[in-house]
Amino acid sequence: MSDDVLRVRTPIGVDYGWTAGPRSTAYLQGLIDGKLLGKRCPTCTKVYFPPRNGTCPMCGVLLGDDDVEVGPAGTVTTFCVVNVPFLGQKIVPPYVAATILLDGADIGVQHLILGIDADKVRMGMRVEAVWKDSSQWGPTLENIDHFQPTGEPDVEFTDYAGQL
Amino acid sequence: MRDIAVVATAHSAVTSTTETPVESLVPVLNEVLANAGLQRSDVGFWCHGSCDYMIGQPFSFVQAVDALGAWPPIVESHVEMDGAWAMYEAWMKIATGECDTAVVFGNGKSSSADMFAVMALQLDPYTDAPLGLDQVSMAGLQARAALDAGVISERGMAEVAARSRRNAMTNPHALVSGEVSVDELLAAPRLHDPLRMHDLPTPGDGVSALVLAAGDVARSISDRPAWIRAIDHRIDAQRLGGRNLATVASATEAARRCGVGDGRIDVAEIHAPFTHEELLLTAALGIDPSVTEINPSGGALVSNVLMAAGLARVAHAAERVMHGTADRVLAHATQGPCLQQNLVCVMEGE
Repeated sequence: MSDDVLRVRTPIGVDYGWTAGPRSTAYLQGLIDGKLLGKRCPTCTKVYFPPRNGTCPMCGVLLGDDDVEVGPAGTVTTFCVVNVPFLGQKIVPPYVAATILLDGADIGVQHLILGIDADKVRMGMRVEAVWKDSSQWGPTLENIDHFQPTGEPDVEFTDYAGQL
Repeated sequence: MRDIAVVATAHSAVTSTTETPVESLVPVLNEVLANAGLQRSDVGFWCHGSCDYMIGQPFSFVQAVDALGAWPPIVESHVEMDGAWAMYEAWMKIATGECDTAVVFGNGKSSSADMFAVMALQLDPYTDAPLGLDQVSMAGLQARAALDAGVISERGMAEVAARSRRNAMTNPHALVSGEVSVDELLAAPRLHDPLRMHDLPTPGDGVSALVLAAGDVARSISDRPAWIRAIDHRIDAQRLGGRNLATVASATEAARRCGVGDGRIDVAEIHAPFTHEELLLTAALGIDPSVTEINPSGGALVSNVLMAAGLARVAHAAERVMHGTADRVLAHATQGPCLQQNLVCVMEGE
């Protein structure tokens, strides 16, 4: 039994190149320039931010070529209060991870809500982007440090129920 | 058993694209639907063949649904195989009466990594993969085994390459084509002994798609559907040392079950990424090259869109029936190391 081979190591590696596609490239390039750019479905007119795989999954068509600028303010459509500490956590709990429907977009993005106590965050709350210093910008939504409340009145549920 | 036919096809192939795989799917799906005169909402079943290892993203195949327009909900499935096996699933789905039409598609993005290395990942992880074989090394082993057994020759391999490139001149989706002499090819050095450059496939990014339909639905779509008279797939042992590499027993068995030898085969589209594979398969399938036109599309040697190249064989063979330039055709697809798995499909005009 002691002579049994219990484990072998078989190292295997493959290097991949990833192509964002022309529509996501516009989104990523926009972020480098401090702009939030989505794309519109030519069929159902929904605006995708980010433009994901370059298609409208509902209609099965390619998204339009024209950039559609969205935000920088938006509405919290749903959220989660993070109370649990974990390895590599960058923010001290409790904090709020939210889905934010940027103005002009039809699909929410995940981001961080700061500038308000976690237990005060609510669905329908209006928030705006707080950008990092432009010297730190790259092709990532992390160019936005977090979202903070604008102080505007909350949005009625029925106004964003179709974008949940 | 219901009568089921291929009624429309479409392809794309380029050396390298900056589109996402999902973006590349849309125009080909649009084209195959237009060729069939169908709307997305008419499609009873969607079936997709692809391989996540090609772009290195687990479950990336799910993203392909973004190209389909899955609202209201659709019926769809995926095989982690060449699209030819997706066709087999769709054929069964129609045969059971669950639907009358199916769109089948296979796609791949060979440019995202070294596909010869990726294809080696299907080897046994304990005993074979650590040896450092890539797909070309495996092909070389098989070619050497067949050469030493005297069942193929290097000249015969070069003749396959020359004919494939010549045939490719009329295939708009071929990535390499032209007139080249056999002697010229044989004068080139052996890169992966015994394989020369012309023995290797030309990798590509792209999509192949086809529409299957049953009975009168097929007749309403196409003037001359390519009726699937038989379809079968068989598998050999995975381990390269576990079988005689100079033969392809699973292909022979699949061909026998399809009744390939029961009549004249006008055209055979054989999925053979390497030249010696075409020679082995021609023999294994019982194809007589003096009677049957082999790989008039140029085959996978001139356009190897991984996970679509097998389905492309079915589509190209079906096109010959639909165009009225063949009555009885054979399509073949392969997967696995050294022709491990083999699918055979016989189609006829009415």
